[in-house]
Amino acid sequence: MSGALAEARGASRRFGSFTAVRAVDLTVGKGEVVGLLGANGAGKTTLIRMLLGLLTPSDGAVRLLGAVPSRASRRRVGYVPQTLGLYAGLTVAENWRFSAGAFGDRGAPVPGGIAGWRNELAGRLPLGTQRQVAFALALSHRPDLLVLDEPTSGVGPLGRARLWDEIRRAAERGAGVLVTTHNMEEAEQCDRLVVMAAGAVMARGTVAQIIGGRTVARVRCPDWNRAFTILDASGVPVAVHGRDLRAAAPADEVSALLAREGIAAAVEVVPAGLEEAFVAMVAGPQGA
Amino acid sequence: MSWGLADVRVRRGRVLALDGVTVPVGRSGVTVVVGGDGAGKSTCLQALVGLVEPESGTVRRPPKERVGYVPATCGIYPDLTVAENIEFAALAYGVGRGERDRRAARILGRTGLDQALRRLGGQLSGGMQRKLAVGLALLHSPELLVLDEPTTGVDPVSRAELWRLISGAAAGGTAVAVATAYVNEAARGERVVLLESGRMLASGSPEEILRAVPGAVGVVPGAAGGVPGAAGTAAGAGTAAARPARWWRRGPAWRVWAPDGELPEGAEPAEPDFDDAVMIAALAHEAGGAR
Repeated sequence: MSGALAEARGASRRFGSFTAVRAVDLTVGKGEVVGLLGANGAGKTTLIRMLLGLLTPSDGAVRLLGAVPSRASRRRVGYVPQTLGLYAGLTVAENWRFSAGAFGDRGAPVPGGIAGWRNELAGRLPLGTQRQVAFALALSHRPDLLVLDEPTSGVGPLGRARLWDEIRRAAERGAGVLVTTHNMEEAEQCDRLVVMAAGAVMARGTVAQIIGGRTVARVRCPDWNRAFTILDASGVPVAVHGRDLRAAAPADEVSALLAREGIAAAVEVVPAGLEEAFVAMVAGPQGA
Repeated sequence: MSWGLADVRVRRGRVLALDGVTVPVGRSGVTVVVGGDGAGKSTCLQALVGLVEPESGTVRRPPKERVGYVPATCGIYPDLTVAENIEFAALAYGVGRGERDRRAARILGRTGLDQALRRLGGQLSGGMQRKLAVGLALLHSPELLVLDEPTTGVDPVSRAELWRLISGAAAGGTAVAVATAYVNEAARGERVVLLESGRMLASGSPEEILRAVPGAVGVVPGAAGGVPGAAGTAAGAGTAAARPARWWRRGPAWRVWAPDGELPEGAEPAEPDFDDAVMIAALAHEAGGAR
């Protein structure tokens, strides 16, 4: 296969009669930040476990750093789970020693960025700090591939900027980064996205390519409450945005529904957001 | 007049959990409280529903029985079935049987929970649990609905369904306050309050917050080797914290904020969006705090 850091070719995984992942192609190259997007149960975790060699594909092939995934190749991967994976009952320094030891880096000094907390129990630190520690641990051995699960969810603006800066620096050093998320802000930070639903890839490309030509109808009218109630009762996927409504339905259909109830509204076709496009893609006509 | 907090201070032990926070919650429409972990969102909502007592400031809310509240932890009984959860909530709020059946049918149909009446609450997916919790909080048609991070960790499809439920409550005349860590959910609010470390970074409608961005925002295409146009900050020259704080990343590109409107060389002017506004509010706040 190519020089990709992680690669799936027609990878499928069945559990009994259930197919969790169906013929998925995915590559993460050097210096790339790839977002893997999907609803719960879309198959993201199963795919990642195959890429890391923790599950064998039922069909197709996966490669990690150019070879069948192994303990040796996993050593060159840095992973930050959503739950961060720290030992709450160990200090930061102990967590560091454990992690450095596991990666064959025994004796490496605690990096400056987290040394200030070296004697604190990891579980006692604020969540934002725990996240910084988990990142430092995952990056400690300069991994070739970083796998991050919702890396910045729940983080305030400055902390988020700091984390993305670290992720981008790793990519600029040549690492590949695979971010699994259903947080659209994180998706928009990635170079390209792979959207999964029900085990299969639904779309891939940049944010603009994923949104494609999708649009929603934006409704502006003084009586937004009634307009919402009418559209909602008609089964139109609709949501309130401030005092505007956004409906995932053709504008003329929305206008007609409102006109029939005597509601004067300005209905305009506007580009869908990533989240709206995603929902339309995976849920069909349900949801707004 | 509407509900909400005015200039509220809350102390938790030695920590000032809220410091002069004002959260207006209109009689219809949604107020969104946005912030990261530890920003004070939960404390805000707990003060609003009367679970914590402010040291100073004013709290306006309807009588307790006219409030619906879902804490961040859950809001359902995991060892009761969906039907039992509904019955329990209806009894607790004194909702009559006819009324209960009518409202429950509507909420169940809307959320797809009608397919899961006999399942235990704890066996539902995370998204379904949240939808049930919001549904239970709406069962007595509250005047004020208060939801603490109803969409955190919920996938986008369930998130859309939750927001449709929340929007429906607001459209029906319920005052709604929602806390979230997702900045893009702020756009759904008629009013938005940005919180960080117990303080307000900004508040107003999303448009007002955007209009209030001082100075200029620029964009510089991605370039390895550090911050463009900023001397002595090449990659490897230190941690992220050592860099001038007015630069941040969006994808491979850099964005920069010039408070005085003078963009550094090489930066193309950009129309600030809501994400920029949030970042700039945080930077301005940090600069103010360091003074």
